[in-house]
Amino acid sequence: MLSYYLDLALRSLRRNKMLTALMVLAIALGIGASMTTLTVLHVLSGDPLPGTSASLFYPQVDPRELDGYEPGKEPPSQVTWIDGMNLLHAKRADHQALMTGGSVPLQPNQSNVDPFYSNARYTTNEFFPMFHVPFLFGHGWSQSEDDAKARVVVISRTLNDKLFGGKDSTGQTLRIKDVAFQVIGVLDTWRPNPHFYDLYMGRYSASEDVFVPLTTSRDTRLEHDGSTDCWGSGGGDEEHAETQPCVWLQFWVQLDSATKVAAYKDFLTHYSQEQKALGRFQRPVNVRLPVLMEWLDINKVVPGDVKLQTWLAFGFLLVCLVNTVGLMLAKFLRRAGELGVRRALGASKREVFIQLLVESGVIGLAGGIAGLLLAVLGLWLVRLQPSDYASLAHLDLKMLLTTFLLAVGSTLLAGLLPAWRACQITPALQLKSQ
Amino acid sequence: MDILPILSTLRRHKITAFLVIIEIALTCAIVCNAVFIINQRLDRMSMQSGIDEHHLVHVLMADIGVTKDQKARSQEDLATLRQIPGVASVSSVMQVPFGNSSSNAGIKLDPKQNQPTLNATLYSGVNVVRTLGLQLMAGRDLMPDEYIDFDDVVRAAAAKDAKSVPHVVVITQGLAERLWPGQQALGKQLYISDWPLTVVGVVKELIRPYIENDAERSYSMILPMRESRGEYIIRTKSPQDRDSVLTAAVAKLKEINSHRVVLKKQTLDEMRHDFFQNDRAMTGLLVGVCIALLVVTALGIVGLGSFWVAQRRRQIGVRRALGATRSNILRYFQTENFLLATIGIVLGMVMAYGINLLLMLHYELPRLPVIYFPVGAVLLWIIGQLAVLGPAMRAAAVPPVVATRSV
Repeated sequence: MLSYYLDLALRSLRRNKMLTALMVLAIALGIGASMTTLTVLHVLSGDPLPGTSASLFYPQVDPRELDGYEPGKEPPSQVTWIDGMNLLHAKRADHQALMTGGSVPLQPNQSNVDPFYSNARYTTNEFFPMFHVPFLFGHGWSQSEDDAKARVVVISRTLNDKLFGGKDSTGQTLRIKDVAFQVIGVLDTWRPNPHFYDLYMGRYSASEDVFVPLTTSRDTRLEHDGSTDCWGSGGGDEEHAETQPCVWLQFWVQLDSATKVAAYKDFLTHYSQEQKALGRFQRPVNVRLPVLMEWLDINKVVPGDVKLQTWLAFGFLLVCLVNTVGLMLAKFLRRAGELGVRRALGASKREVFIQLLVESGVIGLAGGIAGLLLAVLGLWLVRLQPSDYASLAHLDLKMLLTTFLLAVGSTLLAGLLPAWRACQITPALQLKSQ
Repeated sequence: MDILPILSTLRRHKITAFLVIIEIALTCAIVCNAVFIINQRLDRMSMQSGIDEHHLVHVLMADIGVTKDQKARSQEDLATLRQIPGVASVSSVMQVPFGNSSSNAGIKLDPKQNQPTLNATLYSGVNVVRTLGLQLMAGRDLMPDEYIDFDDVVRAAAAKDAKSVPHVVVITQGLAERLWPGQQALGKQLYISDWPLTVVGVVKELIRPYIENDAERSYSMILPMRESRGEYIIRTKSPQDRDSVLTAAVAKLKEINSHRVVLKKQTLDEMRHDFFQNDRAMTGLLVGVCIALLVVTALGIVGLGSFWVAQRRRQIGVRRALGATRSNILRYFQTENFLLATIGIVLGMVMAYGINLLLMLHYELPRLPVIYFPVGAVLLWIIGQLAVLGPAMRAAAVPPVVATRSV
């Protein structure tokens, strides 16, 4: 029966090509626009580390002076060197890492490659196991290398391709700012989105090319980038950043159970009280321990423009659907005579209803396919944009299915009212007027 | 024109009429707000920077190794850059407008204040007022003997040595107006943490390198500090010189010290273009959606209009046979569309206002100006009339003889 309805639908759609084209076009435009923006939103608000993000936390303490204190405000979004090192060495979490960003001059050994600057991350040994960073060759460094300020470096796969032709480069030497570093590891492709562990270095930027122990970076005077927020007499003095009243480091911990989370929060409170007793902290104790996804929410990582675009696109889809409802209603009612004959020949209301729904489903499917092509085109246009998230805008399987569900679902919904209205036709009246 | 017969016809086509009204209302609401946002973005993109953009180029060098005697090297760079043909003025700076990276400080009017009055950005560098081409409105530029090396300032601040930090500052008119509304700013004092600074000059405009909040875009100060971090602003004698000066500058800088790399070399026009790229993209998208919306709505009216005309062929024939002229029929459909559009527009205005309230709440957008309502109404009336013209003409062309046919 369904194939018969399908045949009827196709016949009817072919009969009035203009109207059919108009309906398909409206649906396609609406679906194309909403799927483009929805895909961008989906990519941007995704989980950077699926499976692990629920156990990653971002501890915050408030080390600022009393001047400028307002109750209830968020503590600083980064930590000072002293607090970072204290929390790191306390080792109260399953894993912990202290880090900051920078850019470093690389001096390749090959004479044909000019020196260039690369983004770098200065961090501590547990960065790699905690964030499940995949290694192609070699491994990360250990506690002893952190302590010894060892001249070791882990590089990204892209940098390894560029400098060493993609070969296993562990054991090779890489000169950074006139200092020889030994390559001990090469990462496999790794790009968590957003760049959650340091939102100041571009919220959707690629992960860094160079990873160096934090202690080594200070010892070799590698410059740090990102946000430095000072108070009191602090003035961003790079050389004495360890003692300055400035926050410029990010500290992440991994806590594997709810009890550990509660215990860690207690630990932060105790730590703050202790620092206050020592006179280092002046404000009332104010600690936070947001989980990774909460941290992204607090920082409103997804750009406001992207959300606005999504709303706009759905408004547009709504107009397109209202338009389709109107056109379908016109079309179905115009065929009142034909439907009257079918009803008179014994088709039940239900059957006529289903027949008309099949017709709207066909329009929805056609609109969905055309809309998908438009969405692919739209995403290509998005990728041409210069924003740092532009290159991420790709359609995945989940969004592909969503597109079809949205297209067919919304068109069926749009077909409900016209089909119901058309079913109400009294066959006798229609036959008589013929 | 008799409206009552039209109303009674519409009452018989409630659903269809309702759909047209809703479509027009939604379109009206969305387009009003979208055009409003487009205007906001266009305003933003034409923001005055206060600097002589067309004459300026920017070069940022970064040393590869640890450089000693950085100050002497910077002086050498400056001397070399000044000798390049076409160069009018050069400054070694810490930040540039449209550069997106800035250093800021809280400003107090009284050192005992708990919270700073506002947050302003710090420009510095010898001769930066002249090089950037800023317009001095009152007072004077910073004097050569007032400049202190940046490193020394940082050191003095850490040591709480009040003598070796700057004591004078040049601020923008926007900042002066915000700090001392309606008063002369010259000679007034402001404080960065506990350090007092006396305002000696006021420039017309100088926007911040990174604009978080448009209302605070001109909160800039220029401090007398000597910079030597390899960032240079060069003012050329004429805009045509920019490319050759930029090429020559980079070549010369590499020549005197090859142990460094070029991180940035652009004209200020290019930097301005990049600075507003997100606004430009958003504007393009909004314009596209507005056009698509209006086209879809117009096509919807054409489609429904055609359907109504086809459905009422016989009635039209009867009216024509009873003496109605072609223009009577044309008017009928035009009036019908006008009525539907008017109801849709009124509903749309209410919705536009509602959407605007939501946007004000979530996106810090200002209130929708009243002027958008009449303009939006006229636009939709015109589109409605244009869309219905085709079907209405077809209706007017129905011959009276149709009335006599049975089908």
